[in-house]
Amino acid sequence: MARITAGVFTSHVPAIGAAIDLGKTGEPYWQPVFEGYAFSRQWMAKEKPDVIFLVYNDHASAFSLEMIPTFAIGCAERFAPADEGWGPRKVPPVIGHPELAAHITQSVILDEFDLTIINRMDVDHGLTVPLSLLFGQPDAWPCRVIPFAVNVVQYPPPTGNRCYQLGRAIRRAIASFDADLNVQVWGTGGMSHQLQGPRAGLINKTFDNAFLDRMLTDPEGLARIPHLDYVREAGSEGIELVMWLIALGALDPHPRLVHRFYHVPASNTAVGHVILDNRH
Amino acid sequence: MALDKPYKDIPGTTIFDAEMSRKGYHLNQFCMSLMKAENREKFKAGERAYLDQWPMTEEQKQAVLARDYNRMIAAGGNIYFLAKIFSTDGQSFELAASSMTGATPQEYRAMMLAGGRSIEGNRYVGEKRNG
Repeated sequence: MARITAGVFTSHVPAIGAAIDLGKTGEPYWQPVFEGYAFSRQWMAKEKPDVIFLVYNDHASAFSLEMIPTFAIGCAERFAPADEGWGPRKVPPVIGHPELAAHITQSVILDEFDLTIINRMDVDHGLTVPLSLLFGQPDAWPCRVIPFAVNVVQYPPPTGNRCYQLGRAIRRAIASFDADLNVQVWGTGGMSHQLQGPRAGLINKTFDNAFLDRMLTDPEGLARIPHLDYVREAGSEGIELVMWLIALGALDPHPRLVHRFYHVPASNTAVGHVILDNRH
Repeated sequence: MALDKPYKDIPGTTIFDAEMSRKGYHLNQFCMSLMKAENREKFKAGERAYLDQWPMTEEQKQAVLARDYNRMIAAGGNIYFLAKIFSTDGQSFELAASSMTGATPQEYRAMMLAGGRSIEGNRYVGEKRNG
């Protein structure tokens, strides 16, 4: 049977991707950010997951205002890096896992979570920056990836509780897939940041660190944070953190903390990164 | 009954809800066109003529031409769509964000390196601004 071995949580700031692509990771500004992932890259090299179920948001790349799916699952065989306005990132194409994606889709929809099914989609920095952070710059990504896009562009995103409950349905779906697969579930985006208006640059370390604490001590309470608290306390774009709740909901109760990292700033954003081991 | 929009009292912040999305539809769709290299070239070759191909308001067009991101947001622009404009200009997200705050790029970067804009004083309209 397929099993979820770990949850990986990380911000997905585009400037981090640019720093990697342009060879700037050793610069004084960036060095502390990448140092926070040094352990994670070693850990990942040992873990060798077969599939990553990667929760992220599209930033007006694959989805314009023509169509805005709240939850969209990528069922394609491959996904190309998107051109976000400066040419596509020079990273490998993302290879999907259509069989597991189709299985999750069918299971989760019958579990009353109505997903949008995507069979053709380019993937932007929201998905490729986390891969770069954890895998570096390989010629090909070392595992399959199922992109799972959540609308956090047009308000309102799905509620934290809806995301958390969806995570549980995804856990049930993966556990019922009849193949021996090592699956990781990733939640990306956040932490506190605001990219627009006179309040741009907002960071709330107290909010962020309480969130990181409660991932272990009070996940269900975390899932009840109302949208207003995210946008007021963590910035208009800090609401991306609801995506972490999908990955958190997909883990068993009481996962083991493997790694925790927090750093301000990367561009406009507070970087948070956590690894939770789901084996008992 | 009208929808409750309790986020209206957050200072310096425009929440991109359905109302703003409707208002900014053509502005944001123009931005999407800049994801193709050939369209970026056409836009750079003649911004006004390129904008005139879109059923945008004059206010939206003027805001784009002036690269006034606060004005674009007030006219319904969303920052992830507007990012296609400053990416076309070769500008970073940090530079674009700083332009909306009244700080110079240097001041903004210094604020971020010092831990970012504090939440204290920045929760509600009318609070004393802090940083």
